[in-house]
Amino acid sequence: MHTKMSSRKLAAVALVSALGVTTLAACGGGADGGKDEAGGGKTGGKTVTLVSHDSFSASKEVLAAFTKQTGYTVKVLKSGDAGAAVNKEILTKGSPQGDVFFGVDNTLLSRALDNGIFTPYEAKGLDRVPDALQLDKAEHRVTPIDSGDICVNYDKAYFASKKLAPPQTFDDLAKPAYKDLLVVENPERSSPGLGFLLGTAAHYGDGGWADYWKKLKDNGVKTVDSWELAYNQEFSGSAGGKKAKGDRPLVVSYASSPPVEVLYADPQPKTAPTGVATGTCFRQTEFAGLLDGARNPEGGKALLDFLISKKFQDDLPLQMFVNPVTNDATLPALFTTHGAVVDKPETMEPKKIADNRDPWIQQWTSLVLK
Amino acid sequence: MTRTAPGRGGNAARLGLMLLPVAFFALFFAWPVASIVGRGLRPDGQWAFGRFGETLTRPDILDVLWFTLWQALASTALTLLVALPGAYVFARLEFPGKRLLRAVVTVPFVLPTVMVGTAFLALVGRRGLLDELWGLRLDTGVWAILLAHVFFNYAVVVRTVGGLWAQLDPRQEEAARVLGASRLRAWRTVTLPALGPAVASAAVMVFLFTASSFGIVQILGGPAYSTLETEIYRQTADRLQLSTAAVLTLVQFAAVGAILALHARTVRRRETALKLVPAERTARRPRGAGQWALLGGVLLSVALLILAPLAVLVERSFATPDGYGLDYYRALQSVDDSGTFLVPMTDTLVNSLRYALAATAIAVVIGGLAAAALTRRGSGRLVRGFDALLMLPLGVSAVTVGFGFLITLDEPPLDLRASWILVPLAQALVGVPFVVRIMLPVLRAVDDRLREAAAVLGASPWRAWREVDLPLVRRALLIAAGFAFAVSLGEFGATVFIARPDNPTLPVAVARLLGRPGDLNYGQAMALSTILMVVCAVSLLLLERLRTDRTTGEF
Repeated sequence: MHTKMSSRKLAAVALVSALGVTTLAACGGGADGGKDEAGGGKTGGKTVTLVSHDSFSASKEVLAAFTKQTGYTVKVLKSGDAGAAVNKEILTKGSPQGDVFFGVDNTLLSRALDNGIFTPYEAKGLDRVPDALQLDKAEHRVTPIDSGDICVNYDKAYFASKKLAPPQTFDDLAKPAYKDLLVVENPERSSPGLGFLLGTAAHYGDGGWADYWKKLKDNGVKTVDSWELAYNQEFSGSAGGKKAKGDRPLVVSYASSPPVEVLYADPQPKTAPTGVATGTCFRQTEFAGLLDGARNPEGGKALLDFLISKKFQDDLPLQMFVNPVTNDATLPALFTTHGAVVDKPETMEPKKIADNRDPWIQQWTSLVLK
Repeated sequence: MTRTAPGRGGNAARLGLMLLPVAFFALFFAWPVASIVGRGLRPDGQWAFGRFGETLTRPDILDVLWFTLWQALASTALTLLVALPGAYVFARLEFPGKRLLRAVVTVPFVLPTVMVGTAFLALVGRRGLLDELWGLRLDTGVWAILLAHVFFNYAVVVRTVGGLWAQLDPRQEEAARVLGASRLRAWRTVTLPALGPAVASAAVMVFLFTASSFGIVQILGGPAYSTLETEIYRQTADRLQLSTAAVLTLVQFAAVGAILALHARTVRRRETALKLVPAERTARRPRGAGQWALLGGVLLSVALLILAPLAVLVERSFATPDGYGLDYYRALQSVDDSGTFLVPMTDTLVNSLRYALAATAIAVVIGGLAAAALTRRGSGRLVRGFDALLMLPLGVSAVTVGFGFLITLDEPPLDLRASWILVPLAQALVGVPFVVRIMLPVLRAVDDRLREAAAVLGASPWRAWREVDLPLVRRALLIAAGFAFAVSLGEFGATVFIARPDNPTLPVAVARLLGRPGDLNYGQAMALSTILMVVCAVSLLLLERLRTDRTTGEF
């Protein structure tokens, strides 16, 4: 009898103290109370939530200007890489984590639209955005926000020392002069990798791209899984690559990578250490849309208007290293000085991308990796 | 095995102890995982079990399964081979700098895998340090993966096995020697059986870790190697092929379940009450050539395998374009207006520590209660099932749990998707198994007769626990807390899958910095990793100090 009582008491004491500790821990952990405690539990009101991929960034002043203009505070949720972020929205369709999603690009657009995660809304000032970029002009479920080019970058110093002209086109990359020099990303796991594959498919057509990749393989192309590894480990022209003693002077990256190399070098060099092969580019456009089931649709609409306002568009380039889409935005000097002008990037219909993406990737995998 | 039959009171107490851990696991593990798997297997409200056959006969999937299994087995064997001598040295030998070194070998365990990959490439990759010295080049591939796994899991073996070894009474072995047993025989018949459960525990943990290793395989394996874990991630996050991912998740479950069942059986057969003594009394200065050689060998392997990759990281954090300097560290304090972050980098450290404290508190409470429940004699099937349940999160992909959170925790009052508490909760899931595994061998080894004696002398169970168990397990509790804290600090998988307001943890910040071009970003990533390393080493050192300070009880 005595033991029974005390065991019960013991259990009760244990439970109570445990709950107490947990609660304490929870409170202790949240010492920054209220700063960002507005979980999805709160409805609408003065917060508008933007869900995006990890690369999203905007300067404080610009977000503060939005609050001043509209009274809404922006809360940003970062949701992983671009593909995973879109897939999460598809999974949580109808019960989204936020009001607006930013960062669905043309390679993922069809999947997002087919799954119906967005509600139509025509943003104010859309007339300043070229028609060519408005891929959902009939319904306005998504609004174009920025664009960028995925291109091969080259290490200027390497080609100067070898007295060899850097490659400029897709064809060049398969020439013997550039044997064992190129590193690319796995298209299944990296968006620049996928962009480059789509670029070759757009350039050589459905029948020709596989043959081109055979040539690249024979020419010693190296594949790694992520842009980080390719650019910061294998590529000889980047700061990280120099330290890691990377020995590939050609890498698939972005047209905006050279200005960034300049920006983050200390002291800043007069000319960028890397250049862009402008005949190897694929154009990527990023969109934002109002999420279906948003708790604060009005705030979401105001935010979409703001994303294509001049203020935000001017802020974009140095935040995310992409180009603005509106015709009244000004490019920063860094871009005009060190950036490459890409006249004829390859492009592809989102529908075509959606239909072919998986079979192409599979074909590419068995062709290049096996 | 004779065990006293538990009274009904014992059962009530056990159920009380189990209540909270069971609720925690049901809510934050079972329900989310079941939901996401269910969605994959019932695409249109119909169970689609045909998916199993389809998926498991695909040659690419079979390749993945085979590679996962053999690399995990190889990694585990290699880790035990390298780390068991280390466990002995740390437990039984006294040498200057031992504490510091013990903290240092635990550091790899908490480094974000991104950094481990980078450091290893710098060491064994093409044109890495070894390549320059001896032309040794592993580049990306199986050997690099195996070595990184040893680097990562060395501490698991040293701490779980060494923790118990340090408290085994050496006089038992001496008694055997006096009775005429050879040194080897004394060790084989006295020490080895006592260590058995701890070694098995450590091996199971290492196997689970390496079988579900994600970042390392992703980085060092290159695109040609894929394990079950990376495949589940690919099918879920990249392709949204939930049915394939669900099948693979269930395969993973079954495999983990089988391993754990096997483990439970071996441990049950081996476990005996041990005579534990305070660790301070068992360590001695090395005597004789054999022990000195062993010490030297262990120190050398630690230097090559653990210190070298860490040193590469540190070196790069100071290597600015114009010689060595603190430039990158200075850059961390400024809010970089054209960067990815709205907060200075130093804030990420504060975020990380805050999450880690919360996660540790949760893990220690849940794990401690669970371990206490499991120790109570009289094993029902229920209890064994509970034991296995607690281990499952180690073997289940973080991406499955993360996506499960997304689709289940979306209704008020439990809409935690944007709440900061979600991160420590996810991290605690991984921490709890550690706490349980570290506490159990020690708790079970407490001789029941001590408790009985206390009860006979009129102590209440609570008092008996406080006077008998607590002093003996305090150290294990601290080690467990240290592990939970460390796991949380470096945890990357779950944190990345949970969308969060912009208060990134340190590993996430490192990954983002590495994801941007430019010298300054790369240097800052190295500097942050160095800071993370130092913070981990210091917190682990503090824990080592804590346990000798008699005034500290529980947290």
